[in-house]
Amino acid sequence: MHLVLDAPEIDEVASGHFAAVAVGGIGGGMLLRRAFSIHKSTPGESLEIIFAPHGQGTQWLATQNAGDVIDVIAPLGKPFVLPRQPISCVIVAGGYGAAPMELLARELRGRGCRVDVVLGAATQEKLFGVLDLKGVSDSVIVTTDDGTSGVRGRVTDVLADVITKNNSQAVYACGPMPMLQAVAKVSQDNGAFSQCAVEESMACGIGVCMTCVLPVIGDDGVTRMSRSCVDGPVFRGDRVRWDDVHTVPSDAFGAPRPGGH
Amino acid sequence: MNIDLTTSLGSLQLSAPTLTASGCAAAGKELAQFGDVSTLGAVVTKSIMMAPRSGRATPRMAETPSGMLNSIGLQGPGIESFLENDLAWLRANNVTTIVSIAGNNVDEFGELARILSKVEGVDGLEVNISCPNVESRGQVFACNPYSAAQVIETVRSVWHSDAPVLAKLSPDVTDIVEIAQSVVEAGVDGVSMINTLLGMVIDVDHMKPMLGGRTGGLSGPAIRPVAVRAIYQVHAALPHLPILGMGGIRTGHDALEFIAAGASAVSIGTVVFGDPGAPWRIANELGQELESRGYNSLSEVVGLAHHN
Repeated sequence: MHLVLDAPEIDEVASGHFAAVAVGGIGGGMLLRRAFSIHKSTPGESLEIIFAPHGQGTQWLATQNAGDVIDVIAPLGKPFVLPRQPISCVIVAGGYGAAPMELLARELRGRGCRVDVVLGAATQEKLFGVLDLKGVSDSVIVTTDDGTSGVRGRVTDVLADVITKNNSQAVYACGPMPMLQAVAKVSQDNGAFSQCAVEESMACGIGVCMTCVLPVIGDDGVTRMSRSCVDGPVFRGDRVRWDDVHTVPSDAFGAPRPGGH
Repeated sequence: MNIDLTTSLGSLQLSAPTLTASGCAAAGKELAQFGDVSTLGAVVTKSIMMAPRSGRATPRMAETPSGMLNSIGLQGPGIESFLENDLAWLRANNVTTIVSIAGNNVDEFGELARILSKVEGVDGLEVNISCPNVESRGQVFACNPYSAAQVIETVRSVWHSDAPVLAKLSPDVTDIVEIAQSVVEAGVDGVSMINTLLGMVIDVDHMKPMLGGRTGGLSGPAIRPVAVRAIYQVHAALPHLPILGMGGIRTGHDALEFIAAGASAVSIGTVVFGDPGAPWRIANELGQELESRGYNSLSEVVGLAHHN
C-alpha cells in the first residue's frame, strides 16, 4: 500500500533515509514506531512510504483515512553514499526493498551514472516499482522465485552477468537480509563495491535503545554491534558480518568472555 | 502557568521534575535533536560498566501489549570512553547528569564509583543493582537484601562527592520494602524504582523464546501500576527517603500518580522510544495537571496519596 503524507516540515530526503511512524493512536497499546524506507518526498511538502499490512501496526495504518493525522519522524538514518564519478551502478531490490530505489536511480543518473536494475520477488504480485524504475534506468531485469514474471530464480542468479556486462563498479541493495548477504558476496566476487540497506527490528529509530544492532567491521578493523538506525541502515556490504547477524561474534568489541554476560 | 515544578533528590536540586530513564536515552546526545537536554531534570545515563560490552544477541526486543520486552544486555563503551565522550558532551551542554553504573561484581561497582567520584560533571549516581539482562540471577543484586547492601556499602565507602547515591530497585522481589530498608542502612541517599520485570515472549511459529537472550525486561505502561504500588509501599515505610519514580509513565497524569505515591521526581523511559520529546511534554503536562487541581507546587503533592 502507498501512504502519501502531507508533511510541511519534512527536510530534504536522500535515498536510504527512513521514516518512523507511530501506530495505534494516542494512548493505544503499541508503543513503538514502525520504520519504513522513504519512497518519495518533496521537501516542505510531502512524504510517501510503501507498506504491506502484515502486523497489527501496519494493519492499523491501513485503516487510516485521508485527512487523518499520523505522527512521523523523518528523515532518519544514513542514506546511500553516491559516487563522485559518473560510474556504472547496479540497483538490486527484493519486494518492497525497491521502495527507495526510484529516488536512488534519479540521484545516480543526476550524477551521470549508468544505472542497471535487478528487481526480484517470490512471485509477480510481490514485485514493486518495475515500471517506475524502467523510466529512470538503463535496463531492468526482473526475477521471480516461481517464474511468474521475468527470469525464474533469484536476483543473485543474474547479478554477476549484469555487473560483468556493464562493467559496474557499485551495487546498491535493499531487501531481506539473506538477499543482501548474497548480493554482497556476488558484488565482491565480481569486483564491485556494495552498499546494503539492512532490515533489523527497531524500537526507537533514533539511536537510544540499542535494539537494532548487527555486527559490522569498522574502519579500524574492529567488529562492533552497530545500530542500524543511526550507523545505518545503509552499510558497506563487505563490512557486515552476514553469517554472524543475530549473534555476537566472539571477537566483537566488548563480546562476552567465557561464561557469557 | 505559575506552578513550581522544581524538586530535589537528596542534595541534588532539579530545575524540572522529569528525567530520562537509564537505558532509554543513551547518554542524552541523541535526544538533543528533539529538545534542549539541559532543561530536563537530569539525564540518567545508560548503565556504564568498567569494560566495553557488546550486549546480547538479537532479537533484543519484542513489543507486548502496552509495553515491550528488551534484552539489550548492557551494551556500552566502557567507563573510559564514557568519560571521554559521553560525560564530556553532557558537561559541555550543561546537562544535569546522573550516571548509572552496573558491575559484574561488588568490586566493579566500587571501582566505577571511585572513578566517578573524582570527575567533574557527575551530579548523582544511580547504582543499577537490578538489571535483569545478566547471565546469572545472582548478579541481580537487588533481589537479595544482603547483596544489595553489600554493593551500596562498597560504593558509599569510596564515594567522596556530595552528589546523591541512588539504588535502582527491582520489583521482582517478595518484599521491596525490605530491600529498600537494607540499602538505606547501607547508606543510599535515595532509591530509583522500578527497574523492568523479568518476562518472556514465545515465538510459536518457531517454538522458541522470541528474544536472543530468551528472557527480557518488561517495561512500558503495562508495568505502571506495579511501579506505583512499589513506590507507595516504600514511601509508607520510609517517608523521608527520596524516591525517583519510573515505570511506564506516558503522560503528566501518569507522572502525577507517581508523585502522589511518594516520588519526588520521575524518569521517562520506554515512552521515549515512540515519542522522543516525551520528557519535555510530560513536564508540561504535569504542570497543567497540578494547576487544574489547584496546587501551586509539585513538592506539596509528594506522597499526598498517603494522607487521604
